[in-house]
Amino acid sequence: MSGMHGTETTAGPVLGDTPPEATSATGEAGDNAAGIAAVGRVARELMPETGVIADPTQLRTYECDGLAHYRVTPALVVLPETTEQLAAVVKACSEHGVPFVARGSGTGLSGGALPRADGVLLVTSRMRTIHEVRRADQRAIVEPGVINLDVTRAATPEGYYYAPDPSSQQICSIGGNLAENSGGAHCLKYGFTSNHVLGTELITPQGDVVQLGGLAPDSPGYDLLGTVVGSEGTLGIATTATVRLVRLPEEVRTLLVGFHTTDDAGAATSAIISAGVLPAAIEMMDALAIEAAEAAVHCNYPDGAGAVLVIELDGASAEVEHEYALVERFCQENGSFELRLATDAMERALIWRGRKSAFAAVGRISPDYIVQDGVIPRTALPEVLRAIAELSESSGVRVANVFHAGDGNLHPLVLFDGEKEGAGEAAEKVSGAILDLCITHGGAITGEHGVGVDKAAYMPKMFTDDDLDTMQLVRCAFDPGNISNPGKVFPTPRLCGEVPGKRKKAHPLVEAGLADAF
Amino acid sequence: MVESTRARSDEPQSDPDKAGALAAGPVPVGTPTVRPAFDDDHPPSAELISDCVHCGFCLPTCPTYTLWGEEMDSPRGRIDLMKAGLQGAPLSDTMVQHFDACLGCMACVTACPSGVQYDKLIEATRVQVERHHTRSPGDRAMRAAIFALFPYKKRLRALRGPLRAYQASGLPSVVRKSGLLDRLAPKLAAMEGLAPVLEKREKLPERVPATGTRRAVVGMLTGCVQGEFFPGVNAATARVLAAEGCDVIIPRKQGCCGALSVHNGRQQEAESFARSTIDAFEAAGVDTVVVNAAGCGSSMKEYADVLADDPDYAERAKAFSAKVRDVSEFLADLGSVAPRHPLEVTVAYHDACHLGHAQGIRSQPRSLLREIPGLQVKEIAEAEVCCGSAGIWNVLNPEPARELGDRKARNIAGTGAQLLVTANPGCLMQVSSSLERQGTRIGLAHTIEVIDASIRGLPVSTLGPQH
Repeated sequence: MSGMHGTETTAGPVLGDTPPEATSATGEAGDNAAGIAAVGRVARELMPETGVIADPTQLRTYECDGLAHYRVTPALVVLPETTEQLAAVVKACSEHGVPFVARGSGTGLSGGALPRADGVLLVTSRMRTIHEVRRADQRAIVEPGVINLDVTRAATPEGYYYAPDPSSQQICSIGGNLAENSGGAHCLKYGFTSNHVLGTELITPQGDVVQLGGLAPDSPGYDLLGTVVGSEGTLGIATTATVRLVRLPEEVRTLLVGFHTTDDAGAATSAIISAGVLPAAIEMMDALAIEAAEAAVHCNYPDGAGAVLVIELDGASAEVEHEYALVERFCQENGSFELRLATDAMERALIWRGRKSAFAAVGRISPDYIVQDGVIPRTALPEVLRAIAELSESSGVRVANVFHAGDGNLHPLVLFDGEKEGAGEAAEKVSGAILDLCITHGGAITGEHGVGVDKAAYMPKMFTDDDLDTMQLVRCAFDPGNISNPGKVFPTPRLCGEVPGKRKKAHPLVEAGLADAF
Repeated sequence: MVESTRARSDEPQSDPDKAGALAAGPVPVGTPTVRPAFDDDHPPSAELISDCVHCGFCLPTCPTYTLWGEEMDSPRGRIDLMKAGLQGAPLSDTMVQHFDACLGCMACVTACPSGVQYDKLIEATRVQVERHHTRSPGDRAMRAAIFALFPYKKRLRALRGPLRAYQASGLPSVVRKSGLLDRLAPKLAAMEGLAPVLEKREKLPERVPATGTRRAVVGMLTGCVQGEFFPGVNAATARVLAAEGCDVIIPRKQGCCGALSVHNGRQQEAESFARSTIDAFEAAGVDTVVVNAAGCGSSMKEYADVLADDPDYAERAKAFSAKVRDVSEFLADLGSVAPRHPLEVTVAYHDACHLGHAQGIRSQPRSLLREIPGLQVKEIAEAEVCCGSAGIWNVLNPEPARELGDRKARNIAGTGAQLLVTANPGCLMQVSSSLERQGTRIGLAHTIEVIDASIRGLPVSTLGPQH
């Protein structure tokens, strides 16, 4: 959504009907002042002058990540260059009870890296060394600030690549990918980040450096690595990631298929998958999303299409050849009117550019928009799409659809004009109703963007109090002080050690002035 | 190392109260003593700022973000600062430092999926900075010297004699080895290192007639740095245009196009250069104005914006801008008739930012080069990232410019090409000093010089000085 929506303050998110819990989730400016000053002193001793930012003007540029309608100015920004520096700063935060938020390139779409007004933002964009590309082991060991696409660039000369490819792969960082368990167009066949991270060096919220997993798969004992990947920065900060590299396929075929309706495109998708063909990616865009992408990158998608599928087949040539024939047939049987096969790398890139720029491209056809992220069983696709269309029609709010059709991961883009009275609220309402649709169809409130601050309030719709309390126990095991990205993921943060259950009044420790509820 | 090369003024900064006293504009909200960053006279547009969705796609192509990895020195961060300014934040030294650090390469404009017109935003911001910010005495003196020298051919010409004598004396290597200049005056040292080895000047007539059937009548800009430091490029441009059937008119009266002034917020100076350039070419009565320097072409295409508020010139500027073509753009549209002789050479083509990002001209120079039999074109890795030249940026910010130049030089060396081809004098100077430093032996030439050599059947060895 446009960064110009709403009025900014230094504390608290700004959107009109932001979930009430989120305000307390971001702290009050001026709180923890002594602790922050102490953390700043530790950081300044360890780092060059430019690694510690306290100037109010400069802090403004760190107010938000890729979800720009939530803005909070952090009290302090630290840009470490080494694990040692970062660990020392985290330890100082722990000692002084100062909350911290870790962040990479700041492209997340759920406000997972929204700063705390009473805390420190730890930015890993200067930790961008690729330590090793181990061809024989099919592994790379990288720092958290390394850009996703740079891992692939480093591995390509060796005949390998890094499979998870979020649309923002040219700028999103591996650390952020790990925190959010990022997916991408190709996770249909290759899985999410969690399937590609074999080990990580983690700074615990107490500032200790620990190693989880390693070069070999499946470490014995509890799968702590599995717990950490996708924990949205609430369990610590990854300082290296050991990632799996995948062999570059012998052949790749990228197809662009035009359909008259999203129903037809959805039916083709189901036909392909149920026949046992597993493409690397099946992506769908509806007419409005196509219009936006055309305006932005002139991707030359088929004229008059009500929906397009971008289908990529990869693997051994013989296999791709066989699958291609099947895919072509299923598309035709389900009403495709144009099928285009990319003949070279340039054409393939152009097809993908249309898809990958779609979110930001919507800025060309609407002043403001919400990128929604939900997931449903693939078979529910036609029904949910029709329901979204009805929602859009009855509310008068335009919705563009871009999504990973293969695995039912929807990305409806809810369009509005923030300048118009009530438009933001109407869009939020539609956006929320779409999540309700996902839940009632057996899906979930996020497929890959994470819960962050944006969807914390929706967690109780998906989970019972007992579920949430159990998650809270895991969190407390890692972060008893509740200082690692507090206020994210969970709607009602508790103090660790507190008896689960609805809190009716302030915690006794808080009342006694001995602790803070974040 | 992130710390070593930061663009940061090494001198005492301006007095904000004094700067504020000079500012005109609305009374700021908030602290009454603080004046907001911008006045009402064309501040960066809030509407254009609102196009930015903070997606971050601009970050990896931004040279300063690539160097320092921090938001304040990235396009979206600078947009945040502009927004802060519009909301009443003062034009602090810190804020100016981040605006000044922008190279104006416009790689972010290419990268942006939302179509944010950062070029318009930063240019409006720079005008405000020039109007309201008092720079340190050292910075002011340096800028004054630059703008008293570069846009004036006669002054540049006066410099040629001493420079050639200095280059012939063997002194340059002594000076560079001693490192004395680096320590005493890094910005002067940067200029010394950038000065190209001067070629002999060829005097061009006012009119070069077409060879064979006349297909077009075009005006030609000779430029200041191009004309004085790379005279061979202008001569080659005139020859190629004539060989392709163009009458080439080279108005004597033309001066600087004002590119450096446009790109550095020196509004009045820019307007005055733009008016004179329009006058000179209107008098010549040509349909097309051909430019061989990327930075000049880009700013001449912007004249409509530069002179939008001038009732006498607004319409004329619009008409003029519509006639401006980069030489490769013009030749590719015209189609070639002059036969090409083979040049057995592998070239690396470097997109000058003001050609690729600012004018969107990428395929034309490549296809012109590929028309030459025997010639192979190689792509340079990280092609979208600026070489660090950026008008006068490398003179004002020598250390980070050197880091960017060295990075570009490594990528160029990685192509294994024998010849580096590009279309801007600034890039040629910047890249050649980096190549020299890293000891890469490669020839340097402007696109048009390669085409000229092919048409005339000259050997590859005539192209560009070897480094």
